[in-house]
Amino acid sequence: MDNANDANNAPEQDDPIKGVGCARKRKEDARFIQGKGNYVDDIKMPGMLFADMVRSPYAHARIKSINKEKALALPGVHAVLTADDLKPLNLHWMPTLAGDVQAVLADEKVHFQYQEVAVVVADNRYIAADAIELVEVEYEELPVLVDAHKAMDDDAPILREDLVGKMDGAHSKRVHDNHIFNWQAGDKDATDRVFEQAEVTVKQDMYYPRVHPSPLETCGCVASFDKVNEHLTVYITSQAPHVVRTVVSMLSGIPESKVRIVSPDIGGGFGNKVGVYPGYVVSIVASIVLGVPVKWVENRMEHLSTTAFARDYHMTGEIAADSDGRIKALRVNVLADHGAFDACADPSKFPAGLMHICTGSYDVPVAHLNVDGVYTNKAPGGVAYRCSFRVTEAVYVIERTMDVLAQKLGIDKAEIRRRNFIKAEQFPYQTALGWEIDSGDYHTALEKVLEACDYEGLRREQQEKREKGELMGIGLVTFTEIVGAGPTRNCDILGVGMFDSAEIRVHPTGSVIARMGTITQGQGHQTTYAQIIASELGIPSDEISIEEGDTDTAPYGLGTYGSRSTPVGGAATAVAARKIRAKAQKIAAHLLEVSEQDLEWDVDRFKVKGVPGQEKTMKEIAWAAYNDRPEGMEPGLEAVDYYDPPNFTYPFGTYLCVVDIDKYTGVTKVRRFYALDDCGTRINPMIIEGQIHGGLNEGFAVAMGQELPFDEQGNILGNTLMDYFIPTFVETPKWETDYTVTPSPHHPIGAKGVAESPHVGSIPTFTSAIVDAFSHLGTTHLDMPHNAFRLWQHIRELGLDKRTG
Amino acid sequence: MITSQFQYHKASSIEDAIQKLQNEEDAKLLAGGHSLLPMMKLRFAEPPYLIDINDIPELQGIDLQGDTIRIGAMTTENELIASEILQQHCPLLVEAAKLVADPQVRNRGTIGGDIVHGDPGNDHPAVMLALDANFIIQGPDGKREQPANGFFLGTYWNEIAEDEILVAIEVKAQKDNQGFGYHKLKRKTGDYAVAGSPVMLTLDGDKCSDIRIGLTNVAPMAIRATEAENLLKGQEIDSALIEKAAEQVIAACEPAEDLRGSSEYKSHMAAEMVRRSIQDALQRARS
Repeated sequence: MDNANDANNAPEQDDPIKGVGCARKRKEDARFIQGKGNYVDDIKMPGMLFADMVRSPYAHARIKSINKEKALALPGVHAVLTADDLKPLNLHWMPTLAGDVQAVLADEKVHFQYQEVAVVVADNRYIAADAIELVEVEYEELPVLVDAHKAMDDDAPILREDLVGKMDGAHSKRVHDNHIFNWQAGDKDATDRVFEQAEVTVKQDMYYPRVHPSPLETCGCVASFDKVNEHLTVYITSQAPHVVRTVVSMLSGIPESKVRIVSPDIGGGFGNKVGVYPGYVVSIVASIVLGVPVKWVENRMEHLSTTAFARDYHMTGEIAADSDGRIKALRVNVLADHGAFDACADPSKFPAGLMHICTGSYDVPVAHLNVDGVYTNKAPGGVAYRCSFRVTEAVYVIERTMDVLAQKLGIDKAEIRRRNFIKAEQFPYQTALGWEIDSGDYHTALEKVLEACDYEGLRREQQEKREKGELMGIGLVTFTEIVGAGPTRNCDILGVGMFDSAEIRVHPTGSVIARMGTITQGQGHQTTYAQIIASELGIPSDEISIEEGDTDTAPYGLGTYGSRSTPVGGAATAVAARKIRAKAQKIAAHLLEVSEQDLEWDVDRFKVKGVPGQEKTMKEIAWAAYNDRPEGMEPGLEAVDYYDPPNFTYPFGTYLCVVDIDKYTGVTKVRRFYALDDCGTRINPMIIEGQIHGGLNEGFAVAMGQELPFDEQGNILGNTLMDYFIPTFVETPKWETDYTVTPSPHHPIGAKGVAESPHVGSIPTFTSAIVDAFSHLGTTHLDMPHNAFRLWQHIRELGLDKRTG
Repeated sequence: MITSQFQYHKASSIEDAIQKLQNEEDAKLLAGGHSLLPMMKLRFAEPPYLIDINDIPELQGIDLQGDTIRIGAMTTENELIASEILQQHCPLLVEAAKLVADPQVRNRGTIGGDIVHGDPGNDHPAVMLALDANFIIQGPDGKREQPANGFFLGTYWNEIAEDEILVAIEVKAQKDNQGFGYHKLKRKTGDYAVAGSPVMLTLDGDKCSDIRIGLTNVAPMAIRATEAENLLKGQEIDSALIEKAAEQVIAACEPAEDLRGSSEYKSHMAAEMVRRSIQDALQRARS
């Protein structure tokens, strides 16, 4: 079934409150569709200067000299800064979120192509662009390390001279100068024992390519230091403005109370805008030194080449099973390419993110995960690209390996999943790698999709096609996500627990302003948070203003990434609203001269039980809160909540994809893509639909075309939109969506988060479909991207493109 | 992504533009700008002087005189697509223009700019070869005619002098016993072709009396698959013969490897595009 209309299952005209469940239009769209958004590059300040970067043409080289004279002589150039200028401030290196350090401007050596070597500050961006060409840098090339598999060879070039001899890494002992960490989860010995005795084992190597989120808006900032008041304001494209404030204060020594970070409208983040980039640091330094605002906005090539990439995981999945295909153990090994600095944006204790959710939707008795991180001459990063900290990689490895197991045993891939699912009655379920999955109903979701798509019919059609020599593939994935980082007992960033916050104030006339520690980048927070409050307080969501992103006004929060806004920020919002309603109940009891227990809540008012007409609306109560309240109660009607989630939430889904592959060109046509998502309670079905379409588009992009390859000299290839695949309307398949609702038992309104599921779930579905087209010929796996060229090579290896003439 | 400094002049006539070409050192003509401006923004090209020829009246318009269609060099891709004359008398050009880049580029990009720029990835050069087009070129000494066949000499290298301007393209109206085919493989909207092939075929009864096969982006410049053409000419075309021609196409290609694929892949895709274009052309010529 196509839910395009069904998404409007609670039309806004039928819901005066426009609360939870209402497919109301987005409050933010009025300004976006009129071109009235306010992005970083829209911000103009008096006397503002522009920064531009001198970047390295080499992936690994020693800097012999830097001559700024010609650049400084160009009229309109104010400053040229290098690492030597930052050294006295101790800002030539900065800490990363992963416990490593990263060069702000290259210090004696460059470690990747396009690395920041010097910054030019000029009257305008045109002069700055001319000036960077006048900075003369002399390099001595060094041997380049591109292949992560060679990083820990005895004769590998040593990249990080600053770390030589420092064998205690942030997360483990380092066993090689290019080694960053070893990280393990689960029981290795018990897992190995099961593998030794298993009836069936399968093993599949797979590479998840280096890709880049490449949101519409690139990264940038405007830094403005007020020398008189010693107050620093930074407008920045940040998904985590409060964390940035803390980092800026720690780096600069300016008290956190005198640092204001503002994330204005953001044109997409997808994990790319979580970290702190050299461009931000040098803009701040330049503004402090020059005493005027400094703007830095990167171009698309800089963006794709230097800001945070995602994935680059070399994975091996192994399953031990019985002959009926029931899983007995899972073993996953990963070689993680982190580039030149470990700047992964993960909770501090998890250098491989939440990769240990890799047992997936299955009842796996015992498992072991081993991850080694290494340095290479590539840009740093390793962020969650529209996923919650490596969940995409985890889902990919388990879903691929499940298909391989099914294939080896000759069991259908739907059936092997049925046999291994965690059953509905097993929730909450403790996984072998330490997670507690809160709720799920995997069998129902799977059967619903199989029926909707006539899976049996598709298999029959495939059989007929195969007999005619045509390539048709059916992909199936049953994924479980882990989102909403996270409980502060195990999740922190730079030591700050990953709670989030909401502050709600009801005005005397009954309208509301609320502020959260998260920050919308397209998710529609101004709409969905208002809907949560509307349902909790009975105040129409149209009268509820939501503000985020200004650290001077919003409560401290960890920001928006990893699908954490609804699970954490949304929970804080509901809890804060309930505190207000509790106070409102006291006021209502006072006004109605009954006891609190005599009252019941009905949409937007408290009613005296059994006495029709005896009631007070929330608007009346709000007015009373400012003038007629019970004895001893403080005036006003507002509440704050800092919400520390008791657990993550675990959205899940079943996705099915049908592809037809042209065996003479390698071109894939996605004939059908059916996505069933269960994100628990659905706040705004229309926004969910949009999120799923967006996530599927990005999943399609990753699976079918995106990659950032490097040549042997470490030159990044494909760093423009000529090569880097951003699908347009023309390429994008038609999406069919569906849902089930299995609320989270621990979330105040049962919501789980949704924006990332379609990305996480769709990518292995495409691979599953592509491989399925060749599975009758013995193919068990094909690495992404599944572009026409790569598929044609496989077709040719199999000799399928011969014409009979 | 910001160009070096340059001067800009909007030419009022062909003579004005030629005069500026002669007087200003390293001046470049600016047509739609969709190839030149990106190169300038990357600073791969840093012309100090641009002569904008978009608004010169003599470079506009599509006319049919007898069996000859004259297309002004500054006709945009979308004007080609919308032209009833071309839809009726030269459908190959319309179909080719529809697959050029993306809607934004087709709004500004011109047929003349595409032909003269000299990038082997541009689509019109091979189409011009298949159509046996004639170019009207004007220089300081007046106008001359130049067949498309022999115009494309190499990458960014054509049979045109520094101070000459392509004024118009002339093609013959398609006849009833002719059929065209056009297939282009590209990774995504806006990308250059992995390989492309326009084909124009003439039937005499069941036999192919003439065939012209153009190839896009599989050599330093647009080329014709001459050996394949010779194999098919005078023959009754069947699938076995098309296979032989496809082998000749592969032999004729010398594409550069890039992220679109290996040299082998591109050559095979050129052959595949030719197969499909010949089939379409045959079908159209017969009906």
